[in-house]
Amino acid sequence: MTATPTAVQLTPGQVARRRRAQAARRTWAGFRSHRSGLFGLALLLFFVLVALLAPLLADSEGLEVTKATGGVLQPPSSGYPLGTDENGRSILTLLIWGSRISLFVGMLATLISMIIGTLIGLASGFFEGWPARLLFRVTEWFLVIPFVPLAIVLATVLGRSLINIVIVIGITGWAGTAMLIRSQTLSIKERPYVERARVLGAGRWHQMSRHILPNVMPMVFANTTLTVALAILAETTLSFLGLGDPTRVSWGSMLEDAFAVGAMTTGAWWYIVPPGVCVVLVVLAFTLVGQALEEVFNPRLRER
Amino acid sequence: MSAVSEEVEPLLALRGVSVTYHTAEGPLPAVRGVDLTLAPGEVVGLAGESGCGKSTLVSTVLRLQPTGAEVDGEVLVLGQDVQTISWGKLRALRWAGASIVFQGALHSLNPVQRIGRQIAEPITLHEPELRPEQVQRRVDELLEQVGLSASRARSYPHQLSGGQKQRVMIAMALACRPQLIVADEPTTALDVMVQAQILDLLRDLVRDLDVGLLIISHDLSVLADVCDRVLVMYAGRIVEAGTAGEVFVEPLHPYTAALSGAFPRIGDPAARYAPAGLAGDPPDPRSLPEGCSFAPRCSRAVDRCTHAEPPLVEVHGRPVACIRAGES
Amino acid sequence: MSSETGPLLEARGVAVEFVTRGGHAARALDGVDLSVPRGEVLAIVGESGSGKTTLARTLLGLEKPTRGEVLFEGRPLDYSVRAMRAYRRRVQMVLQDAAGSLNPRQTVYESVAEGIRLHRLDRTDEQGRSEAEQVAAALSEAGLRPPERLFLRYPHELSGGQKQRVLIAGALALRPELVLADEPVSSLDASIRGEILALLLRLRQELGMGVVVVTHDLGLAWNIADRIAVMYLGRVVECGTTEEVLTAPKHPYTKALLSVVPEIEDLEPVVLTGEVPDPSRIPFGCRFHPRCPARADGTTERAGVDEACRLEPLEVLPATGEHRAACHLDRVLSTAPPG
Repeated sequence: MTATPTAVQLTPGQVARRRRAQAARRTWAGFRSHRSGLFGLALLLFFVLVALLAPLLADSEGLEVTKATGGVLQPPSSGYPLGTDENGRSILTLLIWGSRISLFVGMLATLISMIIGTLIGLASGFFEGWPARLLFRVTEWFLVIPFVPLAIVLATVLGRSLINIVIVIGITGWAGTAMLIRSQTLSIKERPYVERARVLGAGRWHQMSRHILPNVMPMVFANTTLTVALAILAETTLSFLGLGDPTRVSWGSMLEDAFAVGAMTTGAWWYIVPPGVCVVLVVLAFTLVGQALEEVFNPRLRER
Repeated sequence: MSAVSEEVEPLLALRGVSVTYHTAEGPLPAVRGVDLTLAPGEVVGLAGESGCGKSTLVSTVLRLQPTGAEVDGEVLVLGQDVQTISWGKLRALRWAGASIVFQGALHSLNPVQRIGRQIAEPITLHEPELRPEQVQRRVDELLEQVGLSASRARSYPHQLSGGQKQRVMIAMALACRPQLIVADEPTTALDVMVQAQILDLLRDLVRDLDVGLLIISHDLSVLADVCDRVLVMYAGRIVEAGTAGEVFVEPLHPYTAALSGAFPRIGDPAARYAPAGLAGDPPDPRSLPEGCSFAPRCSRAVDRCTHAEPPLVEVHGRPVACIRAGES
Repeated sequence: MSSETGPLLEARGVAVEFVTRGGHAARALDGVDLSVPRGEVLAIVGESGSGKTTLARTLLGLEKPTRGEVLFEGRPLDYSVRAMRAYRRRVQMVLQDAAGSLNPRQTVYESVAEGIRLHRLDRTDEQGRSEAEQVAAALSEAGLRPPERLFLRYPHELSGGQKQRVLIAGALALRPELVLADEPVSSLDASIRGEILALLLRLRQELGMGVVVVTHDLGLAWNIADRIAVMYLGRVVECGTTEEVLTAPKHPYTKALLSVVPEIEDLEPVVLTGEVPDPSRIPFGCRFHPRCPARADGTTERAGVDEACRLEPLEVLPATGEHRAACHLDRVLSTAPPG
């Protein structure tokens, strides 16, 4: 009996949507079982909320030096829960608003480095011949160059602004992602189902986008969260070194200012500890989430 | 039931062995009441396909079943119940009393160690008093026994072909001079000619070393060629047993008939353009059908078959688990 | 050049060479003439190292021959991307590793629909069927009924037999004229073998497709093949109809292979020693001569061809319909006067 059915309930779009929903459910179920990952996620959400709700939590006027009303480098008190800086501004206000820059720069820079890294990693893993080898050499080169000197050179050349810091971090950070994607691509390229696509008539673009990329994406996703952590650290470092945007407050710039006014020697711990702790907590949050995601995605990749 | 004399103690005696896995979704009965005996110098075949429980059964022989698997019944190796003896006695039995050539031998070798060292490992574990030259000599002997030259001891696994790797696995199984060898799918994934060589080798070893050999395979014709007796397993139970000739040429159970007919006799005009096989898939142990577990795929099933699991009864002088066996 | 009466697919003097890591040239295929007529089942039989899989891949265009050419409907294959895509619409292949050939992240529906989408068959279907209807039809034809039940399943939820059927359905959906199947049943359980082979046979009988099966299993050839080509170390050593080759084999290698098929009665088994040599070190003269049982028992010496076996290479067997073997001994015996 080979009669075709007259009515088939599911459209291709529905099939694809159902599949994605099922995959998302499974991922969440797996993630939920990692307590450390959930803790990291909660921490992350907390900081993201703080950044988003900054205008509600602290008056933006508190950032303006000319409107500062507090005393100079005052320890925490009832009016200023975390004390004041050398201009009399509330440290807490600076902290809350600073979270925006730190998170924004971290995430945007990661987006850039992820896009560059994925494209280069895919290309150098999938294609043969000298272009692919050249890309691989460039990746290796970028991986080996020490970050700080390169970043300093680039930042000096480009000038001090927010977008330039994002560019600097993005350009210096893609190599790790590219290496990971490349090795994944190399191994998936050999799998029989990629060859089957070729047998069915698929060109290289179809093989890459339909088979290699979807199987590589889980790793990319997990790697991304870890990269954000590194990007935030990078931003903090660069701002601390005085290469950040001078008009904006970030946790790194707070540390820079604290250092400049000698907060360490005068014992103004409320200037140094809060931004430092925030950086550590955010980096920790991203790391925990990233590690949990890697564990969730890896057994799936090894499944049959 | 079998042709084995009762005075000689069997090398292997399985009595009412059942293995149940306790999974998150409930109990999974992989093996359900299997009886089997094997005497010295005998070659017994266990025929079955994926999911019938044969690999689980094999793992109980040296207490290698996964933790969490519940084993009932007796597994007597050289007279001792491996499931209950002390750890020390089990260690002594493992490899020196009985050894196993596992399925997928081609992937069981350590890729970064030379062959000679891997074969020597069980020897040094069981006989630590031997000097290195003595161990080396034994390794060379074993390699020659399985048809490889002694120089092969210095090779790495990737330098060997599939057939050569299988020979190495057999050499490893012989390393501590066991009395019983269990070979799980020893010729699957090998070329026809290499398969014939390995089967010849196993036959010669049984004859020269007077060991007992239990071969597991889904290819009934391979078993019919090499074994004295054959048992057929389906869904965790034995459904037929007899001599190799009886089971292969005059199968009484419909499943055995299907297995026997799966590989045609070349030259038989009836098999031209008529591939014979079974519909459907082997049953999931978690949801076995009511009554006879083979009934859903059986061409001779009747209503009575779904009432109860057919017991193993004697038909034409040998055990069969089918209520219609022996009907003309 | 009529394309309707000639063979559908031909290989002429095809050789494929690889360079091994040690720098040696390994000839996976060393000169093969093969002709695949329309609507027939051809079995290419050999052990590992025989070159049968390489031959299948070369016929499909996945490998380019180092020498010789592959002709489709009388015209040499065009290896450009567009021409290959059109070619794949008409000649399909089911690869060897059934379990690995399905993308674990795609559902059965998507795996089968992939070919349909690549060739935009939902727009060009004569019966005006939608993509989903075509997928259901392909799955049904491959024996998976009701097909809708499997649409959302993933490969790891399928049995070995079901996976193989899904792959066949994926190839069927393109309505090719020829399907190549590389070891379609060797990784499956014995009792499922028959069903898959019956399916392949139905492709020829009901859908008019040609089938080329690559296998080491002579019994499979006996079950479904019209013609058979036996390969050894990169060459075809014997070819003819299945009855001719398997009941009256001419080449000592074929005879040896037949004799070791496990049986209880029949032929005295001739178990060859050693294994198939490395393709980078093909023996001089007749490539089978170091292992040939006819040399070992003195037959070739008595027939006076032993020196030829050792020194004279044999010609490539032409792809005619007759039952022929590439063997010095056979040539002498078949031209010798009776008595």
